[in-house]
Amino acid sequence: MLSIKNLKAEIEGKNILNGINLEVKAGEVHAIMGPNGAGKSTLSSVLAGRTEYQVTDGSVSYFGKNLLEMSPEDRAREGVFLAFQYPVEIPGVSTVNFLRTAVNEKRKYLGLEPMEATDFLKMMREKMELVEMDKSLTSRSLNEGFSGGEKKRNEVFQMAMLEPKLTILDETDSGLDIDALRLVSNGVNKLRNKDNAFIVITHYQRLLDYIVPDFVHVLYKGRIVKSGDKELAKELEVKGYDWIKQEVEAAQ
Amino acid sequence: MTEEVNIIDKVTQQEYKYGFTTDIEMDTAPKGLSEDIVRFISAKKKEPEWMLEWRLKAYRHWLKLEEPHWQNFSYPKLNYQDIIFYAAPKEKIKLDSLDQVDPELLKTFEKLGISLTEQKRLTGVAVDAVFDSVSIATTFKEQLKEKGVIFCAISEAVHEHPELIKKYLGSVVPYTDNYFAALNAAVFSDGSFVYIPKGVRCPMELSTYFRINAENTGQFERTLIVADDASYVSYLEGCTAPMRDENQLHAAVVELVAHEKSEIKYSTVQNWYPGDKEGKGGIYNFVTKRGSCEGAYSKISWTQVETGSAITWKYPSCILKGDHSVGEFFSVAVTNNYQVADTGTKMIHIGKNSKSRVVSKGISAGHAHNSYRGLVKVNKNAENSRNHTQCDSMLIGNRSGAHTFPYIEINNKSSQVEHEASTSKIGEDQIFYCNQRGIGTEEAIGLIVNGFCKEVLNQLPMEFAVEAQKLLAVSLEGSVG
Repeated sequence: MLSIKNLKAEIEGKNILNGINLEVKAGEVHAIMGPNGAGKSTLSSVLAGRTEYQVTDGSVSYFGKNLLEMSPEDRAREGVFLAFQYPVEIPGVSTVNFLRTAVNEKRKYLGLEPMEATDFLKMMREKMELVEMDKSLTSRSLNEGFSGGEKKRNEVFQMAMLEPKLTILDETDSGLDIDALRLVSNGVNKLRNKDNAFIVITHYQRLLDYIVPDFVHVLYKGRIVKSGDKELAKELEVKGYDWIKQEVEAAQ
Repeated sequence: MTEEVNIIDKVTQQEYKYGFTTDIEMDTAPKGLSEDIVRFISAKKKEPEWMLEWRLKAYRHWLKLEEPHWQNFSYPKLNYQDIIFYAAPKEKIKLDSLDQVDPELLKTFEKLGISLTEQKRLTGVAVDAVFDSVSIATTFKEQLKEKGVIFCAISEAVHEHPELIKKYLGSVVPYTDNYFAALNAAVFSDGSFVYIPKGVRCPMELSTYFRINAENTGQFERTLIVADDASYVSYLEGCTAPMRDENQLHAAVVELVAHEKSEIKYSTVQNWYPGDKEGKGGIYNFVTKRGSCEGAYSKISWTQVETGSAITWKYPSCILKGDHSVGEFFSVAVTNNYQVADTGTKMIHIGKNSKSRVVSKGISAGHAHNSYRGLVKVNKNAENSRNHTQCDSMLIGNRSGAHTFPYIEINNKSSQVEHEASTSKIGEDQIFYCNQRGIGTEEAIGLIVNGFCKEVLNQLPMEFAVEAQKLLAVSLEGSVG
């Protein structure tokens, strides 16, 4: 599905990603961990198409297409979904209205007719139940006045509605209490299937107790320096990142 | 969900789509303004002597005035000798039915989405269509007549209802009021007249559609709406003009009179040609709109969505004479490219316990400047009167400007006046968030802007709210990137 080769990126002349290699296949969950400043969020931004970041080298192929050449909206319409670490507020625009626009823009791109209002409402109800989303939230302005947990749940709800192929969860666990974390993770787990894939970016192992990854990668200084299975995450939880840093320095 | 009609996604990528011209034989006055022209217009309308006299007084007064230039923008001194003050489609016969209207004209209004053929209209909206200087047709007249509602061209009302015209014309905006009001009084050619009798709730929305077509022509319409005791009317005006390189002047006057316990809701969707991307051409929209809440418990509510015109300059106001009277002003003004808006309202509290509410949303993109200018004045005897003003500005890009000029004069200790203001910028983060959900940048701006204006758009009658939302998105096309 996704093939990242030697990806390098910078912002304002500062190198952040220094040659990332990553293969993601359908049905897989990849966790990307690493200390602060390792480049985790930069990776998600580059994949989603934020223009502040300049890709200086490497390639990203998504279902055989050059992802880096696509506009952010086309990436989304092709099935790339980023669950934001800090979802923005849009006053006066309800979640319903926002999602209806998003769903229909995607359909238009795929050459489909806009969704009938009744079908759309039916789909909303189903997905709301699936991710245990509070009904009152969808008629309120998008994320306006939502708590941290509500915002993250809204991200998962949007993901459910847009049915992406590749989802990037960018520190979705940050700022969540344990109950919210469980709710969000349950939602994600229900949406996992053999046709989609997830990149879970997180600082802590905690989230991975709920969303169990197939692979764990450690990102440090803009490079994946270690890969393993879920046991690696547990090891990191116990030992911290310092030993990895030392390994990397030693190798150099 | 029903009110959540999302039309943004249906908005096609288009520029000003009303810019076509209609090729039709016109009867025009010679260029320029003089006493002879005023007499010419009056004669064209076969007006009674009293009407001509009023026009001449206004004209003579106008001669003594100076063109105003105190506002927050500049415009070249207008050459009034270069403007045609009267232009009408050539039409000899008196119209009895729509069949006699020139098909070219009917086509023009069809193109604008205004069907004058009554049976074709799905919604119960009565329309008065004004083309350059004359009213072309008024629909649903008969049905309205049954209720005693008068809805006709003002030129017709001069003949048919002289007692009402004599009583109310100029009663809220006298010709001495300001430079453009004086000019309008001298040369106004047509517009709508509405009278709602006592206790009647007008059974349908009333609407006037203004179209400037001819070149070098000014449009000077005059609208007068009188709501008698305990009556109700909702009225909407819309307007468009062809794309032309020169600026055209539109100097209208609107007067509203609300008697005891009556309510007038006046909505405007203004989409005059705004000029091109470099700021060439476009309409100068210099308008005086004022309503008087004459009676106790009367209410006047202005709602305006201003997206067109090179310059929009107007302050729809309420004079709250009646005790417990209510004035409202809901405004969205969008300026893009080199457009300018200096708009707002005046709420004059005279009656006891009078209340007013102002919600203004200004959106500025490109090189445009958007000013809110508003006056809240509370007179000595207006005990316990209240005002709440909320003024929000949104900027798109780095070259546009938003300005707020609130004036508050309070002469009474028991009154309460509140003013809130905010300025925000459409954030890159908001746009990126929308992009990441598959929503393109233009649509994203439409969505964000519509959300920003929601409070005001909700005030519009449903059919027009949809139209207005589309318009907002179209007006801001190309405002980023």
